[in-house]
Amino acid sequence: MTSAKYHRASSVDEAASLAGSASDPKYIAGGQTLIPTIKQRLAEPSDLIDLRHIGATKGISVSGSQVTIGATTTHAEVASSAELRAVCAALCDLASQIGDPAVRHMGTLGGSIANNDPAADYPAAMLALDAQITTNQRTISASDYFVGLFETALNDGEVITEVSFNAPDKAAYEKFPNPASRYAMAGVFVAKSGGGVRVGVTGAGSDGAFRHEGMEQALSGNWSADAVADVAVDTASMLSDIHGDAAYRANLVKVMAKRAVAAAG
Amino acid sequence: MGMEGIGAKVLRKEDKRFITGKGKYTDDHKVAGMQYAAFVRSPHAHARIKGIDKSAAESMPGVTAVLDGKQLTGDGIGNIICGWMIHSKDGSPMNMGAWSALATEHVRYVGDAAAVVIAESQSEAKAAAEAVSIDYEVLPAVVDAVKAMGDGAPQLHPEAANNIIYDWEIGDEAPTDAALAGSAKIVELDITNNRLSPNPMEPRSALALYDEAEDHYTLYTTSQNPHVARLVLSAFYQVAPEHKLRVIAPDVGGGFGSKIYIYPEEIVCLWAAKRAGVPAVKWTSERTEAFLTDAHGRDHITKAKMGFDANNKITGFKVETVANLGAYMSLFSSSVPTYLYATLLSGQYNIANIHCNVKTVYTNTTPVDAYRGAGRPEATYVVERMMETAARELGVDPAELRRANFVTEFPHQTPVIMAYDAGDYSASLDAAMAASDYAGFAARRADAESRGKLRGIGMSCYIEACGIAPSAAVGSLGAGVGLWESAEVRVNPVGTVEILTGSHSHGQGHETTFTQLVSDRFGVPTDNVQIVHGDTDKVQFGMGTYGSRSGAVGMSAIVKALDKVEAKAKKIAAHMLEADEGDIVIENGEVTVAGTDKKLGWHEVCLGAYTGHNLPDGMEPGLKEGAFYDPTNFTFPAGCYICEVEVDPETGVTDVIQFVAADDFGKIINPMIVEGQVHGGIAQGIGQAMMEHAIYDDEGQLLTASYMDYQMPRAGDLPSFKVSTSETLCPGNPLGMKGCGEAGAIGSPPAFMNAITDAISNNTLAMPATPQRVWAAING
Repeated sequence: MTSAKYHRASSVDEAASLAGSASDPKYIAGGQTLIPTIKQRLAEPSDLIDLRHIGATKGISVSGSQVTIGATTTHAEVASSAELRAVCAALCDLASQIGDPAVRHMGTLGGSIANNDPAADYPAAMLALDAQITTNQRTISASDYFVGLFETALNDGEVITEVSFNAPDKAAYEKFPNPASRYAMAGVFVAKSGGGVRVGVTGAGSDGAFRHEGMEQALSGNWSADAVADVAVDTASMLSDIHGDAAYRANLVKVMAKRAVAAAG
Repeated sequence: MGMEGIGAKVLRKEDKRFITGKGKYTDDHKVAGMQYAAFVRSPHAHARIKGIDKSAAESMPGVTAVLDGKQLTGDGIGNIICGWMIHSKDGSPMNMGAWSALATEHVRYVGDAAAVVIAESQSEAKAAAEAVSIDYEVLPAVVDAVKAMGDGAPQLHPEAANNIIYDWEIGDEAPTDAALAGSAKIVELDITNNRLSPNPMEPRSALALYDEAEDHYTLYTTSQNPHVARLVLSAFYQVAPEHKLRVIAPDVGGGFGSKIYIYPEEIVCLWAAKRAGVPAVKWTSERTEAFLTDAHGRDHITKAKMGFDANNKITGFKVETVANLGAYMSLFSSSVPTYLYATLLSGQYNIANIHCNVKTVYTNTTPVDAYRGAGRPEATYVVERMMETAARELGVDPAELRRANFVTEFPHQTPVIMAYDAGDYSASLDAAMAASDYAGFAARRADAESRGKLRGIGMSCYIEACGIAPSAAVGSLGAGVGLWESAEVRVNPVGTVEILTGSHSHGQGHETTFTQLVSDRFGVPTDNVQIVHGDTDKVQFGMGTYGSRSGAVGMSAIVKALDKVEAKAKKIAAHMLEADEGDIVIENGEVTVAGTDKKLGWHEVCLGAYTGHNLPDGMEPGLKEGAFYDPTNFTFPAGCYICEVEVDPETGVTDVIQFVAADDFGKIINPMIVEGQVHGGIAQGIGQAMMEHAIYDDEGQLLTASYMDYQMPRAGDLPSFKVSTSETLCPGNPLGMKGCGEAGAIGSPPAFMNAITDAISNNTLAMPATPQRVWAAING
């Protein structure tokens, strides 16, 4: 394993300042992707700046329907939050399906969406919940934030501090795990609120997580699993690999969407 | 039987150290001055090495040496060989290409080692290995065995025209063709047996020590058969003569066959320790290295035809198989698709005419060799998928079609060498049908349908052959080694016992079952018995553990040695007690004279043997005996497995709802360990049938080189198995044992595939039945 200098930042400003003075820095916010990547010698950062010990970016607060989740809140904390479950159980359920217990106790919401793995779970929820992603520089809406495979709107050195959204009236997440890795091969988060219906899809798109507007329209008129059944899912925009070709993934998107709507009630 | 004797569920003695993390594996061994090896592996499936620039690597920190294949062969290290000669049907010997432990001119698969770095730390070695610059001329590659035989395909070895290693046959073709021609019904089936990565929990590792003063080597390695490793390293690779090489296989964390073979890394570590002038060199595989370089399993493509008469009796069976052996011939690769495969094509059935043709082929893929079951799963898959297919096409119940064709009289000579010695196939079928509530399936299917699920049931009546033997017979078939086993029983003066065995345990529980034999014989507690194995300095010679041979062959050798010890102990006791030798009884730790109150403690007799104060005239002191046991035949475990699945037609996800195993393993020493072997075997078999697949792209890149893409079965994927055993004793060995290590992996894939193809009414589905494939099969 190559060597990197480890820094434990105690504030977001300190983290940004450390990043600014290092030659090839990487923020680490749980390291559930980054550490294996380094161990495989696929990344060799000069400095690792650990964000997990910044108190200000941890925790979940719910005020009415307004939910704010600190960026270094772990998946396990999201999964087990009674406060969050009361207003948006679907996000707790999503977090409870990420990786295994070890991953959930190390991995964080901010780490996940900063990496933007096309098979990660959170991006589907962020899109469907119309989440606002706040950084040390600005606030970005989820629709603008997720740019492509492993690509986000974040600038070099920019640190996610929290994510906020209005809890929907109804929501559910259904995931079809990759049989080998258990990452999402198709994960669909549906959310219905006063503002309308939003459908976020992860794992299946060749360009990363996306909203399925056809399903959103169908569900806006008729909130039922049957409404989804007739919506076309374009195979041209689907990933294709040894675990599932585009036709299979398109089918999974539809089936997971149907099941999510049914589960949301 | 005593509390710890034959048939007792004695808890595994070895588990205390394994469960508490105190096992000592090869990588746990360290010596002063030890350095580390990192291999420079080919990123190309096929290329010519134009040059190797080591200069950058050599100047890196901690680097002691950067070595290549020309240096290795220049020092006289021999090529890696395949130890079983197969002749083609035209009489010509197999076409074996050269395999140097470090490539000299060509690399032939991704992962092929071309150079090695020896450095003071593992990270320095790996960093320097990345800095070795090899100039490759990339050549076209071929990964598919059928394409590899075709005109214009890339050629891997000059010795093998059209990449064909041999074109072999067994059985008589003309009578088989005639029988098929005269049949009322012919059933045809094309099937593939998917390539697998073995995935033992402990990756391969080697620690090679070189003692310059004594010119002596010691190799700690992850081996299932350390004596064979020493023999091959000495006799063929010229690393060191046998008396100057000690091979130790300490705790080994699983093998499944993949640790039988001698790999390039062990050879290179031994050679490099001396060449680089360091006390020791260690290499431990990373997981992706394991995917790339551990010998793969299976990879057959088969066309089969079976004929039936008007009464649904089998008339003939014709099978053509192409087996992919990868880029080089691994140690026993040639025997797997021939004598371990085609000899089992009669299954549990009376078949008068069988013919099988097997072509083996080089491709630009990882070498393929024996993997749990080795040939027998492939044969069982062909036979049992065929029987199920035939039942469907003939419109008869699959159980009854099988029953109507069962072998019922023993011994039974098949047309493909094997002579079955004992069995009761109907007993296993009846037990499995009862345990699975076969009769109630229709109602369960209807219930599933009401829930939107497709339910299917499938069975497999497997037979396999364990304890491959006798030595003279396998020698006549081309084996380069004998297949007997040795044992030595050392009784200490205080009555404790050490068993030295040529078998090797890498998960099988020998430290428990072997001690039970001693407890059963002399009534000493198993805690007073120690099993010694895995060290060529301690055990004189042995053939190791694979092919479910350690019970039927290894324990039979122990029994023979125990016989000798018992006979001598009785002579000593008779002399001490002034009784007739025939009246001496040894049980419960006591030596008594039948019909009297005269007795001695077992330890007193043992001490008497060593004091020598009061021995019969002319008797040598001591109580230690050895034995070599060469079986008279294979053993033939058999059984019936019934699998029931439910498929979600929307996603193609399959749930294994029920799995029943009814096995006949002959005499069972420890039922708990046997049950564990069956559970593990079934899990591996279902893994092959629904999950595992080593996939190459057309350029020869392994797409499944990590657990991100290679799916292993997990506990949550499987139901609780319903297992039971019945017993027909094997007449060929003293205890009547047959072997249980591979049956689960042999019998379960066809049971699962018969069930899922029944559920979805599509018989063309291939293993592994992944959700995508099942969904595609349902949705045309």
